[in-house]
Amino acid sequence: MNYGIDLRNYEAVIGLEVHAQLSTDTKIFCGCSTKFGNPANSNVCPVCLGHPGVLPVLNKKVVEYSVMMGMATGSRINENSIFARKNYFYPDLPKGYQISQFELPICEDGVIKISTEERGAKEIRIKRIHMEEDAGKSIHDRGYDTHVDVNRCGVPLIEIVSEPDISSPEEAYEYLTKLKQILLYLDICDGNMEEGSLRCDANISIRPVGQKELGTRTEVKNMNSFRNVEKAIRFEIERQTELVDDGGKVVQETLLWNADLNEAFPMRGKEESHDYRYFPDPDLVKVVVDEKWKEGLKERLPELPAEKMEKFVNVYNLPEYDASILTLELEVAKYFEECVKYTKDTKSVSNWVMTEILKYLNENKVSIAQFPATPENLAKLVNLINDRTISGKIAKDIFPEMIQGGKSPEVIVKEKNLVQISDDSVLEPVIDEIIATSEKEVKTYLAGKEKAIGALVGKAMKATKGKANPQMVNKLLKEKLEAMKTA
Amino acid sequence: MVSYSNFSEKLALIKSGRLTLSENVDFFLQKIRDNSDLNAYNFVFEDAAKKRALEVEAKIKSGNFGKLAGLVVAIKDVLSLKDNPLTCSSKILKDFEAVYTATAVQKLLDEDAIIIGKTNCDEFAMGSSNENSAFGPALNPVDKDYVPGGSSGGSAVAVAAGLCDVSLGTDTGGSIRQPASYCGIVGMKPTYGLVSRFGLTAFASSFDTIGPFANNVEDAELLLSVIAGFDENDSTSVEHQYTPDEKNLDEIVIGLPKEYFGEGTDEEVNKSLQEAISTLKNNGVKFKEISLPHTEYTIATYYILTTAEASSNLSRYDGARYGYRSENVADLAEMYENSRSEGFGDEVKRRIMLGTYVLSAGYYDAYYLKAQKVRRLIREDFDKAFEEVDFILTPTTPGTAFKLGENIDDPLKMYMLDIFTTSANLAGIPGISLPVKNVTGKMPVGLQLFGNRLSDAGLFAAAKQIFSLL
Repeated sequence: MNYGIDLRNYEAVIGLEVHAQLSTDTKIFCGCSTKFGNPANSNVCPVCLGHPGVLPVLNKKVVEYSVMMGMATGSRINENSIFARKNYFYPDLPKGYQISQFELPICEDGVIKISTEERGAKEIRIKRIHMEEDAGKSIHDRGYDTHVDVNRCGVPLIEIVSEPDISSPEEAYEYLTKLKQILLYLDICDGNMEEGSLRCDANISIRPVGQKELGTRTEVKNMNSFRNVEKAIRFEIERQTELVDDGGKVVQETLLWNADLNEAFPMRGKEESHDYRYFPDPDLVKVVVDEKWKEGLKERLPELPAEKMEKFVNVYNLPEYDASILTLELEVAKYFEECVKYTKDTKSVSNWVMTEILKYLNENKVSIAQFPATPENLAKLVNLINDRTISGKIAKDIFPEMIQGGKSPEVIVKEKNLVQISDDSVLEPVIDEIIATSEKEVKTYLAGKEKAIGALVGKAMKATKGKANPQMVNKLLKEKLEAMKTA
Repeated sequence: MVSYSNFSEKLALIKSGRLTLSENVDFFLQKIRDNSDLNAYNFVFEDAAKKRALEVEAKIKSGNFGKLAGLVVAIKDVLSLKDNPLTCSSKILKDFEAVYTATAVQKLLDEDAIIIGKTNCDEFAMGSSNENSAFGPALNPVDKDYVPGGSSGGSAVAVAAGLCDVSLGTDTGGSIRQPASYCGIVGMKPTYGLVSRFGLTAFASSFDTIGPFANNVEDAELLLSVIAGFDENDSTSVEHQYTPDEKNLDEIVIGLPKEYFGEGTDEEVNKSLQEAISTLKNNGVKFKEISLPHTEYTIATYYILTTAEASSNLSRYDGARYGYRSENVADLAEMYENSRSEGFGDEVKRRIMLGTYVLSAGYYDAYYLKAQKVRRLIREDFDKAFEEVDFILTPTTPGTAFKLGENIDDPLKMYMLDIFTTSANLAGIPGISLPVKNVTGKMPVGLQLFGNRLSDAGLFAAAKQIFSLL
C-alpha cells in the first residue's frame, strides 16, 4: 500500500458525502414499512412501485429528523425548502427519478468539530443536509437475470455534504465517527454501515502545499466501513500523488473501492456522464418549517455528544480521556449515568466500564443494551469495595458471576462467603503462622529489604482465599515484623 | 326508452318506475355497439355495468342511495379503476391493469354512479385530435370525417353521441374544453387542486386536472361537486369545500380579452361568438374589454413546462417492472431504448425529447426557468383581470373541428389550436366550454368562460344562465 512517496510536498483536500437512513417506521412518501430484512418486494405499494397516477405525500417525521440533525450540527434551518426530481434510468428506481432536494435543501452551513492526534482540533463545515428517498436494490448474483428488490425504495435518507475541509484519512475517520455519534444520540439513524443505513462517498484531490487552487478531484464510492473509507482515501491520495509526481494528470472520475483487493478501480461506462435534469417536483409543495415548529423540535433535542462530554468532565469529575470514551456511544454513556445514581465513586465506575465492560462487549460482540449486569449492581460492586466489604481482587472474581447469572454482588458475596476479613482476632493467628513458617522472607525483611513483605502478604491472602483485607494484613505484618526487629 | 334531458329528470323517472336502470344501461350498451365506428370506448364494462344497475336500482327503491345513483358515467382511460385495464391509449400499457382506484373515480362509486367503460383519448393525454391513440382515432359524431378533438376525445364523443349520461376527462391544456367545443357539449376544467389527481396518470403534474363532460351545465356541476375535495393522497389538492353559487348574471361583469378575438381566430368562430355575446348583451349582461398582455407567450410557455414535466413523469414506463417490454433486448440500455421506442407513439416521443432537452444542463435556465417566470406573468395577467371583471369570455378554440389527418403532420399547427385553453392551466384557474350556435357552418363552436381560482361554483352559476340564454 505504501508506495514510499513523500507526501509532504502535497496536501489532500477531502469532502465527504454521507447518506444516513432515517429510522422512521414508514417510508418518506408512502405508508410502507421501512423494516430491514423483510422478504424481497414485500414492503411495497403502488406509490413506491411507481404505478401510473400515484403521488408522493411527505412523511412529517422525516422533516423533523432532518431539522434535528441540522440543529445538532449548528446548521441554518431553511424556512422554505423544496423537493426536486433527479432523473435517471435504473431498474431499481421505479419512477425513473429520485425525489431529492437540489436547490434550497432543508439545512445549510453547519459544522462538526473533530480532533485527531496528528492535527489536533478542527472544525469541518457542513455545506448542506438534504432529504431524499432511497432507491431499491439490484441483485446481480443470481445467474443471468438481474433481480430487483424494491423494499428499500422510498426509505428516507438525509445526505450530509461536508465542505472539502478534511485533510487526511484520519480526519475523515474522525469526522465520520463524530457524525455517526450525533446521529445515534439523536436516535434518528441506526448507523449500521453493513445494512446500508450509513453510506459514504469521498471526493478527493491533492494540491502542492501552499497552493490555493484546488486540484482535479475524483469520487470514491462503495466503502462499507469507516476503516474502508480511511483506507480508500489513503489509497487515492497516494495514487494521485504518485501520478502527479510522475508528471501525470488526475482525471475527474468515479472510482469504486474494492475492500478485498484494497484498491479503487474506475467505474466504467456511461454511469459517470449523467445529466440528472433536476427540476422542482411538481407533485410536492414546498416544505415550510416555521419558528413554532423549530422551537418545538429544539425542545425535543436530546443532550448531544459535546454537552454530554462536558457534563462527564465537570459534573462527574472524570478525566477528559474517560469522558470521551464513555460518551462515544450514547448507550454506554447512559449506562454510566445510571450507575452513578447508586454510587458517588464515579471514577471507579468509569474504570470498570472502560476496562471490564467494554472488553466484554468487544469480545462478545454485543451492545451494552445486551449487557447482563445492571448498572445498579455494578454500582453496588464498587460500593462493596469502597466500604471494604470485599477486596478489589474478590470483586474481579465475582464480576463474571454477575454477568453470568445476573445476580447482585451482595448475594454472590453472601452465598460464597466472600466477605473480606478485617477482624484482627481472625487475621492475627493466620499472620503468626505465616511468619513462623516463612523463615527466609522474614530474614530478608529484618535485614532491611522491606519489599519482602509483599511475599508475606501474598501468602496471607492465599491462606484466606483472597478474603483478607490486604491493608489490614499489611499493617499487622508490619507491626509484628517491626516488633521482631526491636526484640 | 323514455327520454330525459338531465339527471334530475332521469332520477324522477327511475323513482316513478317509468324507467328502469337495467333497461337504461342496456340501451347505452346497445348504442355503444351500434356506434362502435365512433371508437369512443377503449373498454366497455358490460357485465359489471349490468350488475351494478341492478344493485343501484335496488338502492334507489330502498330510498337510501347516493347523489349519483343511476347516473351512467364513462371515464377517460388515464384514470385508475382497480382490477380494470389502464392503458392511457398507449401500447406501452397495453396489458396493464390498475391495482388501485383513483380518488375521483372512487367518489363516483361511493355516490352510486355506474361506470360503463373507459374512453379513448390521445396517448397519455397528449394531443388535440384523439388521433394519437393506440386504439385508433375516435370520430366526431357530428360528422365522422372530423376529429372530436382531444385529448379527451372519447369522453366527449361518448356524451355527444349519447353513449353514456356524462363522462370524466382530464384537462392539462384544454383536453376537456377543446373536445367539448368540437363536439358541441359542455366540458369543464376545475381550479387546479380542486379535484385530487391521485390515480390520474400524470402528463404534466402542475397542469393536470380532472373534470366533467355533460350535455347540460347542471349535470356537469353535479359531477364536479362529487369529485371535488381535499385528498390527503394529493399534496397539491386544495382544502376547499365545493358549495353551489347562486350569483345572478346581472350582478356580474364579463371581460372580453382583446388578445382572444383578433387575428388567428377563424371567421366562423368570431361571428358565432359575436352573435352569442350580443344575445347576452340583449339580456342585460355587462361586458368589458380587458387585456391579457402575455397571451402570445402561452403556447411556448405551456409546451416547455408540460413537456419538461412529462419527460420525467413518463420515465417510469421503461419495461423494467410493468407494461410493454421489447422482445428485442440484449442489454439494459436496449431494454430501455427499444421498449420505449416501440411502446410510445410519435407525439409522446416528441414531447419526451422536447422536455428532456429543456431540462438539460446548459438549457435549463434559458427554457425551463424562463418559462416558469413567464408562467407567473400569465398568472398575474389573470389576477389583474379578475380585479376588474368576474369572468372572462373567449372562444374555446380558434377554429372548429378539422378533418382527420388534416394536421397530423404539422405538430406546431396542432399545438397552436390550444392557444385559448392553455392559459387556464398555466394560471390554475377554472374554465368551461359551452356550445354556441355556429352562424355560418355546421361544426359546433365553443364559448369559453374563465373564472378566478376557486370560483368554480360561481363559474357554473354563470354558465348555467348563459347556457339557457344561448
